[in-house]
Amino acid sequence: MRALLILLASTLLTACAGPQLRGTGDLGLVVERASGRVTLVDTTHRQPYGRIEGLGDLSHASAVYSRDGRYAFVFGRDGGLSKVDLLEGRLVKRILQSGNAIGGAISQDGRIVVAQNYSPGGIKAFDADTLELLSEVPAEYAPGKFSKVVGLADVPGNRFAYALFDGGEIWVSDFSDPRHPATRRYPAGRQPYDGLVTPDGRHYLAGLFGEDGIAMLDLWQPEKGARKILENYGRGEEKLPVFKMPHLRGWSVAQGKAYLPAVGRHEVLVVDTATWREVGRIPVRGQPVFVMARPDGRQVWVNFAFPDNGRIDVIDTLAQEVVHAFDPGKGILHMEFTPRGEQVWLSARDDNKVLIYRTDPLERLGEIPAEAPSGILFASRAHRIGF
Amino acid sequence: MTKQSGRTWLKRAPLLAAPFFFAASAAAVPELSAGRRAELVHLVRQDCGSCHGMTLQGGLGPALTPEALRDKPAESLVATVVGGRPGTPMPPWRQFVSEAEAGWIVQELQAGFPP
Repeated sequence: MRALLILLASTLLTACAGPQLRGTGDLGLVVERASGRVTLVDTTHRQPYGRIEGLGDLSHASAVYSRDGRYAFVFGRDGGLSKVDLLEGRLVKRILQSGNAIGGAISQDGRIVVAQNYSPGGIKAFDADTLELLSEVPAEYAPGKFSKVVGLADVPGNRFAYALFDGGEIWVSDFSDPRHPATRRYPAGRQPYDGLVTPDGRHYLAGLFGEDGIAMLDLWQPEKGARKILENYGRGEEKLPVFKMPHLRGWSVAQGKAYLPAVGRHEVLVVDTATWREVGRIPVRGQPVFVMARPDGRQVWVNFAFPDNGRIDVIDTLAQEVVHAFDPGKGILHMEFTPRGEQVWLSARDDNKVLIYRTDPLERLGEIPAEAPSGILFASRAHRIGF
Repeated sequence: MTKQSGRTWLKRAPLLAAPFFFAASAAAVPELSAGRRAELVHLVRQDCGSCHGMTLQGGLGPALTPEALRDKPAESLVATVVGGRPGTPMPPWRQFVSEAEAGWIVQELQAGFPP
């Protein structure tokens, strides 16, 4: 009987016929980067339940969720912004908002969706209901000079923090009045490549590519300006080539420590978030790309840049060392934990599969087919700062 | 990648690339198998694509479309692929592609890269 009900529920969901009584807390989407498509997934039954086509160029696509967890806003590389309904399994609206985009974020109150753009460099704010353009902030860091924008993160107070790759600054734009944002600028360092906000929304970190170190802005005391942490962690040693930029997205703060990818070194840097001093380094098997903590903070999972992108290292945060090192598939681009961390889903781009693992004890639970999967984004992101 | 070795490569690369380009202009590169070409297409689309975009329209790195590369000498593009560009995020790819393979990639990029 129970199985029958489940079957019935999933059939209804697939058929998207009329309203269903269903939450979205265990739903999500998988980006199929080469096909302009997302596959909708159910993490309770570990099954796909729908596919949505026609979303354009989804290489480097990401998504954020409405605060009710029903809608995903998918940002494509081609500047497409698509609003997807997880319950009805359909595309609600799609606009082309720029020529070349890199991601986006949603405001604390859920009313404003902001896209970050490479070209033309800057951010644009849209009404989350209608996708109507509300305002924009061009990243003009010097007269006539526009920067690519990276590391956009929602921060409390309907503000957004982001970094300017070419401009070397962190900007914080306040959208309290969505049509008239107010922006403050903070010098950061050479070539910020990505950014993150800590889970409490207090600190914004921008990783630097052009120099060793990370720029940090205390959003509770922004008047103090950005300061540099982890300065000179390479100590003048020759850097290894970086075949893919690391990402700082994701919850990499666990147990009072931040776990961050070194640039040009096969190490994860460990920083005490009370003092923001380096307290350790953990050797790993490649240039880290994503360094993501399981929601409870006991494990930190690391994937790697080409040519080591078939590998995963799992750090135990109590032992402060890698406790699992395995090679789950080809082209592991992204990973996503279920809300309480009992499972992790990995995209294996060149195997055309999403792999599902139990995190403790480590065990492969299954897989679902997907064409060249990249980002895996679950609806539980709706309720987290910085996601 | 130090600045010094980057300069060395910039000096050397045109010399090494030149004989190949005479060959390339006459006919397709004979020594690349269809299998290897498919691997290189995958490498460019997927891994160069991390920065330059899967459709090569650009991203953190510049666009690699025929229009964007029209006025760039092939020799310097080959040197960039193989040796990287110090001061930018472009790394040297010489452990993964030979000079001749980089030449084929550049030729295809300038002509319109295969899907």
